[in-house]
Amino acid sequence: MDRPGASPGVSFAVSVDFDTVHVDDVSRHYGRRRALAHVTLQAQQGEILGLFGPNGAGKSTLISILSTLLRPSGGGVRYGAHTVAETGDALRGQIGVLGHDLYLYGDLTARENLRFFGRLYGLDRLEARVTDALARARLSDRADDRAGSFSRGLRQRLAFERALLHDPRLVLLDEPFTGLDDDSAQVLIERLGTLRDAGHIVVMATHDFDTAEAVVNRSLCVDRGRAWPVADGAGTLRERYRRTLAERV
Amino acid sequence: MGFLNTVWTIARKDLVIEARSRELAYTTLFFSVSVVLVFSFSFVVEGVALTDAAAGILWVSIAFAGTLALGRTFERERQSDTLKALLLSPVERPAIYIGKLVGVLLLMLVVEAVVTPVVGLLFQAPLDRAPLLLVGLLVTGTLGFAGVGTLFAAMLIRAQSRDVLLPVLLYPITVPLVIAGVRGTAAIFAAEPNLAVAQAWLSMLVFFDAVFLTLALWVFGPVMGE
Repeated sequence: MDRPGASPGVSFAVSVDFDTVHVDDVSRHYGRRRALAHVTLQAQQGEILGLFGPNGAGKSTLISILSTLLRPSGGGVRYGAHTVAETGDALRGQIGVLGHDLYLYGDLTARENLRFFGRLYGLDRLEARVTDALARARLSDRADDRAGSFSRGLRQRLAFERALLHDPRLVLLDEPFTGLDDDSAQVLIERLGTLRDAGHIVVMATHDFDTAEAVVNRSLCVDRGRAWPVADGAGTLRERYRRTLAERV
Repeated sequence: MGFLNTVWTIARKDLVIEARSRELAYTTLFFSVSVVLVFSFSFVVEGVALTDAAAGILWVSIAFAGTLALGRTFERERQSDTLKALLLSPVERPAIYIGKLVGVLLLMLVVEAVVTPVVGLLFQAPLDRAPLLLVGLLVTGTLGFAGVGTLFAAMLIRAQSRDVLLPVLLYPITVPLVIAGVRGTAAIFAAEPNLAVAQAWLSMLVFFDAVFLTLALWVFGPVMGE
């Protein structure tokens, strides 16, 4: 298997890598409320899959299931030939998540945050990776400032690099453009393009059609727990998404 | 990453954050010393403390301060959902539990290192009578209390009324621990000390710790999985 996006610095007892993610008929209920219903999709390496949909449609639930944080009520997820039940800890080493909450400790500096998570992932060349990540987040000059003192945009940039520090195969992004100014959004788009070219699998939930259009390969419309491909054809991503949603309703 | 390395990485992170803010140390210390001070006005009459009062008040202040520390420690993990980030990392879930437990335990032991001499001073408790046994009782009792508390605090992190639910769940389950701690300490502080009884209560605490920690390690992963 071609492994351009694999994690050379992460070692596990069980070696886990994959080039596709299959979501097979996944449903998820919270009590009597249905968050996802029979969702089936596939994402492969070198692809950025966009998830679009209204608030509460089930996008974040799907990302939580893909990240292994949440178990589906029905159906299953396969990461290549692997499942969470077989390779839990090692599999998580190949997944990077940028959540809506940023998973940063406000009382630690930017450098300490990256160093802490790097240690948890057992990364080699940690200091070099941290320095590179800070440079990519354009935070080298504020590396020793507390993350809690950063604006939302700066924290978003730091959190994005934290999610990628271990060079994961599967990158899950929930609203990655939140709080970013134009320049930062452009840098993020370029970075996503680099990830795609390096063979990562990127799944991204966002409401920012205009920004995402520049980078996604494939788009899904998620509404009331169900997912459909966004219609092909003429028009912008936003227009095609609205058309898909209207047809389904 | 090895189990112990993960434990130390997580515990050290908590200690660095606490050393920087000193929020928990000051709050729990102030609270527990205040409790001891207030009780001393009720239970020390003309310079003489009521029988067994010192042991009870010491453990009450430890339990209350511990609850305060547990709630606040996990509030820090909740603020930016960092507990999720820990659960997403490729480390064994029990190592996350033990790492959080070590952080809380060390903080509680620091509080006890201050509060115990204060109790000794205000209640004329003979701390030097069997110091190793007393330390054993305090450490094992605190370990059990923090062990159960860490599990519940982690479970309740997403609950809206977690501040109310934590003591409601924690105190009934840790009552045997606190009773063992009180009786063991009282046996040391008594006018006619009975160190054999104190040792028996210490053994009981070791047994409680083994049971509680085994159960907590067993259920932490599955419980945090949802």
